[in-house]
Amino acid sequence: MSILHTVNKSPFEKNNLESCLRYAKLGSAVLLIEDGIYAALKDTRFEKEVATAMKDVSFYCLEPDLKARGFSAAKIIDGIKMVDYAGFVDLTIKYDKVQAWL
Amino acid sequence: MIKKCLYLNRRAPYGTSYALEAIDTVLIGSAFDQDISLLFIDDGVFQLKRDQDTTDVEMKNFSPAYSAFEMYDVEKLYVSKEAMAARGLKKRDLIVDVEVLSDSAISDLMDEHDVIFSF
Amino acid sequence: MSIEINGKTLETDKEGYLMELSLWQPAVAETMAKADKQELTSEHWEVINFLREFYDEFAMAPAVRILTRAIGKKLGKEKGNARYLYNLFPYGPGKQACRYAGLPKPSGCM
Repeated sequence: MSILHTVNKSPFEKNNLESCLRYAKLGSAVLLIEDGIYAALKDTRFEKEVATAMKDVSFYCLEPDLKARGFSAAKIIDGIKMVDYAGFVDLTIKYDKVQAWL
Repeated sequence: MIKKCLYLNRRAPYGTSYALEAIDTVLIGSAFDQDISLLFIDDGVFQLKRDQDTTDVEMKNFSPAYSAFEMYDVEKLYVSKEAMAARGLKKRDLIVDVEVLSDSAISDLMDEHDVIFSF
Repeated sequence: MSIEINGKTLETDKEGYLMELSLWQPAVAETMAKADKQELTSEHWEVINFLREFYDEFAMAPAVRILTRAIGKKLGKEKGNARYLYNLFPYGPGKQACRYAGLPKPSGCM
């Protein structure tokens, strides 16, 4: 069983990302959406934590939410993959279930 | 009597409606001849990020409104240096000209104001 | 609520403001004005076009005092006063002209 975890809150404000990373197992995936996309940025105080987690877990970022907040793929930690809404749907099919960290 | 009003912004845009509500309140407040300052700390600094493009999320991009504040005689915008650094933001990443303050200078700023509106 | 433009139905809110800014065309202003028995002259169009440009740049409609000042700067001092603008738009330059321009009600307008 592998899980797609979605995180939709800013890591600077809420601990959703931290909790998610504490429980995300090898082979699962994290999709950053809405204010969760701030965790994907380079040069923040969460970059190291995310980069470490990426050794075990695949990271995705919802591009429309990234663009809305004024960022582009160039500002994202290397290795995080961009998805659009169709890609979001594909991920929910690829993984056995979705855990939304609200 | 003219009061010194500080609008304190600490939320990211779009995920919640705080940022948009703050803009509306500032614009209305500017009609009352008060001495207005805006302060952006914590995730509030993300409100001022350049290049916001909300086409695909089908929401209104309200960030151009910050550039209109000057016309409303709202000219004092401050951001937290620490908040910017924690988020990898530089002054040039922002859509408007701001004054960057240290957290201790921000404490003083809050002291100097008669009223603080928190968003 | 809605208005009919060239056989198409465009939705408006309960105060008559267009719901979808991008569907605006000059015929929207003409149709709304006609319903108000308001003639649209080139002076009216100057203000309507100014409002649309303002919205393009700042993503909001200006409050009347800001509109007045900005019109004065752009179109000349004799036009940058409340009397001139209220003569053109008796229901209020903010509300009436913004509605014709397809914009939402001005921010900071109570």
